[in-house]
Amino acid sequence: MTTRESFVEGMRAAVGPSAATFVLGVSFGAAAATAGWGVAVPLFFSAFAFSGSAQFSLLTTFETGSAFAAVTSAVLINARYLVMGVALNDSLHGSRASRALQAQALVDASFVVAHRGDGRFDIARLVGATVPQWFCWLVGTAIGLVLQPDATLLDKLGADVIFPAFFLLLVLDEVRSPRAAIAALCGAAIAGGLLLVTEPGYALLAATAGAFVGVLPDRTDR
Amino acid sequence: MRLWAAVLAVTVANWLLKASGPLVLGHRRLPRAARRVVALVAPVLLAGLIVIELAGPDWDGLDWRQIAGVAAAGVGRVALRMPMLVAVLFGAAVTAGLRLL
Repeated sequence: MTTRESFVEGMRAAVGPSAATFVLGVSFGAAAATAGWGVAVPLFFSAFAFSGSAQFSLLTTFETGSAFAAVTSAVLINARYLVMGVALNDSLHGSRASRALQAQALVDASFVVAHRGDGRFDIARLVGATVPQWFCWLVGTAIGLVLQPDATLLDKLGADVIFPAFFLLLVLDEVRSPRAAIAALCGAAIAGGLLLVTEPGYALLAATAGAFVGVLPDRTDR
Repeated sequence: MRLWAAVLAVTVANWLLKASGPLVLGHRRLPRAARRVVALVAPVLLAGLIVIELAGPDWDGLDWRQIAGVAAAGVGRVALRMPMLVAVLFGAAVTAGLRLL
């Protein structure tokens, strides 16, 4: 498969997450307008950070405490990118700078869409999946800033189903071995347990520990 | 100004986090055991994301209509062989319908 074909395939695979990203972008824009962030700051944030979890985290904590604590919290919430960045590294190409640039396409849905199995990733597919999501996130933010729609309307339309449903369909494809199933169950249990005591971003970071099931020897090692 | 500084700090930190793999490891390949761990990051992350999306902070976000919609999408995909996007839209429609009742 050529790079171009992989890129287009990534874009196709990202239609669902892009729709969900658009809805979240509208929510972020509307919330930022309500918080008095103006227009330039939310648009800059969405264009250059492109991170729903970090952006919502800063938005909700910035006015309630110290700026340092708010920034630290927003950064830590994305610490899973450390794990994902290391996972991606073997599949990146070119110089160190070029590889660091390619890694900027890393977002949750694209990471999974680009996974080819056995820890290998298709980078053209990763970038192809990220481009429409970035566009939808930015346009959604702009529309949210201007229209400030009622959040309950989006819920009535079932928009909150899009992301979890898409993730469920992907996990059905990803779980190809008992080991992967056990790891996924461990991740779900860790995330679910920690949600009771910490924020979702930290719970998700801790959930990646479920992947350590992979250190157990399997039959092919014997 | 304080807000701009905070937004810039989070943005730059986000770039660095995403670049951490290539910046720290360069062209070094991971050992075999680490590669086996890495291969499981995607399914683990997905499972965690599903729980977080459905449960919400402190498990306050549980909504049986949302769960029914997600389950309907799964059934649509596995049992009815729907294309992925159709299955997701089917799930959203089920939830929207249940919320209308």
